Amino acid sequence: MAEGKDHNNILDEVTSGEYKYGFYTDIEMDTAPKGLTEDTIRFISAKKNEPEWMLEFRLKAFKYWLTIAEPNWAHLHHPPIDYQDIIYYAAPKKKPSLSSLDEVDPELLDTFNKLGISLEEQKVLAGVAVDAVIDSVSVKTTFTETLSKKGIIFCSFSEAVREHPELVKKHMGSVVPYRDNYFAALNSAVFSDGSFCYIPKGVRCPVELSTYFRINAANTGQFERTLIVADEGSYVSYLEGCTAPQRDENQLHAAIVEIVAEHNAEVKYSTVQNWYPGDKEGKGGIYNFVTKRGLCRGNHSKISWTQVETGSAITWKYPSCVLKGDNSIGEFYSVAVTNNYQQADTGSKMIHLGKNTKSTIISKGISAGHSNNSYRGMVRVAKKATNSRNFSQCDSLLLGDKCGAHTFPYITTGNESSIVEHEATTSKISEDQLFYCQQRGIDSEKAISLIVNGYAKEVLNKLPMEFAVEAQKLLAITLEGSVG
Amino acid sequence: MLLDIKNLHVSINGKEILKAFNLTVNKGEVHAIMGPNGTGKSTLAAAITGREGYEITQGEIWFNGELINDMSPDERANKGIFLSFQYPVEIPGVSMTNFMRTALNAKREFNNQPPVSASDFLKKMEEMKNLVEIHSKLTNRSVNEGFSGGEKKKNEIFQMAMLEPTMAILDETDSGLDIDALKVVAKGVNALRADDNGFVVITHYQRLLDFIVPDFVHVMYDGSIVKSGGKELALELEANGYEWIKEAVAEK
Repeated sequence: MAEGKDHNNILDEVTSGEYKYGFYTDIEMDTAPKGLTEDTIRFISAKKNEPEWMLEFRLKAFKYWLTIAEPNWAHLHHPPIDYQDIIYYAAPKKKPSLSSLDEVDPELLDTFNKLGISLEEQKVLAGVAVDAVIDSVSVKTTFTETLSKKGIIFCSFSEAVREHPELVKKHMGSVVPYRDNYFAALNSAVFSDGSFCYIPKGVRCPVELSTYFRINAANTGQFERTLIVADEGSYVSYLEGCTAPQRDENQLHAAIVEIVAEHNAEVKYSTVQNWYPGDKEGKGGIYNFVTKRGLCRGNHSKISWTQVETGSAITWKYPSCVLKGDNSIGEFYSVAVTNNYQQADTGSKMIHLGKNTKSTIISKGISAGHSNNSYRGMVRVAKKATNSRNFSQCDSLLLGDKCGAHTFPYITTGNESSIVEHEATTSKISEDQLFYCQQRGIDSEKAISLIVNGYAKEVLNKLPMEFAVEAQKLLAITLEGSVG
Repeated sequence: MLLDIKNLHVSINGKEILKAFNLTVNKGEVHAIMGPNGTGKSTLAAAITGREGYEITQGEIWFNGELINDMSPDERANKGIFLSFQYPVEIPGVSMTNFMRTALNAKREFNNQPPVSASDFLKKMEEMKNLVEIHSKLTNRSVNEGFSGGEKKKNEIFQMAMLEPTMAILDETDSGLDIDALKVVAKGVNALRADDNGFVVITHYQRLLDFIVPDFVHVMYDGSIVKSGGKELALELEANGYEWIKEAVAEK
């Protein structure tokens, strides 16, 4: 009928929402010259007053990086990255060590306020210790005192290198060696800063540890490094959330996250990623090449990854678990949304080495616009990992008819007593569902948001409360045309 | 006049289904529309509610004195038109409670009212669940997911009770219902009948009309109403089938 909007038109409108967080904070920068040579690495190391061993680690990684080529197996297409056209170090000039929020640069606080993640609010309401990272250097750490009473270390990576060299030396690169892959080598050579977290034996971290990353200067590569060590019988929930301002140039991000869980330890790592995805025509946006891996080193240890990925022009990311300890558990819960011209190649690896190890992969891909969304997962059960169990479920939801969803599972089992299950579905938001909602008075934008949130619920439920609310909003913002 | 349909012609993919259809429903009236399969009964429901793909080629639909031909489905809904679906749709992961609250608040927003408070909402949910004898657990489940045929239909009437439409269309609500469920559904509808609202009950069988007694019965055939009468017309159809209608139309 004349008034019936064409279904595709509705979806087009609804899915062409523009990035809401495009603004730029003007904080004076202290930057390295463009390009990557041994001198760049010495510059970074010197800037950070690093000990000799750290510099040596970087140089070894750099030399290795020079010998290898960028991987090209992912279902991603982008122009070649000019690694010499990138600034590898940028830090806010003021490097304050602060005891209260009042001392934080007001402009930075304002930035957080625009994002709706007021430190103050979080500190008071949510009880979250926030380690805010802006362009590679930790600016603010709260709750450190509360944490330190329990012996918990939560600080910037640089600080950890200075204050806790024995812990860093022992664990850095033990889960993701610099030889692991191209981007891991690059990160190991040039990483600027990041977070370090150590939970001592038997301690249950009383608050959720949180880091907000933000990329903030033109042509600045962002190379974060996070190391979380959960000692025997400890527990920690760690939150990572990201937003970035709108920029024209593509920005490279290659982070490393390493997690070590000893006997009976549990680590829950949650991410909401909302970096600038590029504009509606696919111009600009962040290139996000991340290596995230957890090692269940001890028996009965557990590592859970939960991620909501809505941003970045390109996402290359496979949070993984190496289940080395007997009876250890690995989990991966993911919602990845791509819109306009975004591309995501993401999934998980579960490597079963210990006996009776269990892993779960729940992946929900949502594609809209002209985007491409791929799930790539590997489940490997070693010969000695008897009686192991994996369950993988990969669902894809398509909005409109110009986007793509792909699934690439790789499964190998080395013994007869283990069970590996893989389920995959692809569906579209049906016209029936949309009309049913509309007939109840819910407009098409809200209806899509409702249906998508329902679809992703299984994963959203795994997020800590305050994060889940934010993630729901993000899904709506990403898919709705109400912003711009 | 609540609903006034004048000379309505509706096509799907270029094929004309409704042909010069006329119907007037006043406040306080219940109209039953009967007829053999494939005569356009469900198309009528889709046209009134504004479903995409149902093209009005001619004619007018007036609701509460307003021409609604070009109105979006959600706007029509928020103005008070409700459809009880023949085949209710499943929405995985969205709880009935959340769905209902979203719908109710959409309507309130449309009418410039603040969102319903949690306690008022829950109170109303309880009341309406009791009305249609819905188990409490059902509203915690995803919309229509895993509901039995009877539960789905009760759930439609429950939603109707929650949204308080002025014009409700029941599309084959009796199909697939056992007699007990049918009675419950009818009880719900009868409780909601009032002087300021109207119902169009689309049904193939007379059975439902034993419990929801209509003021008018219309017989539809080949896209338009061919005979109208009081509730006794339904009994006549039950006794004689639709063949005599077809013959009468053929003779004309």
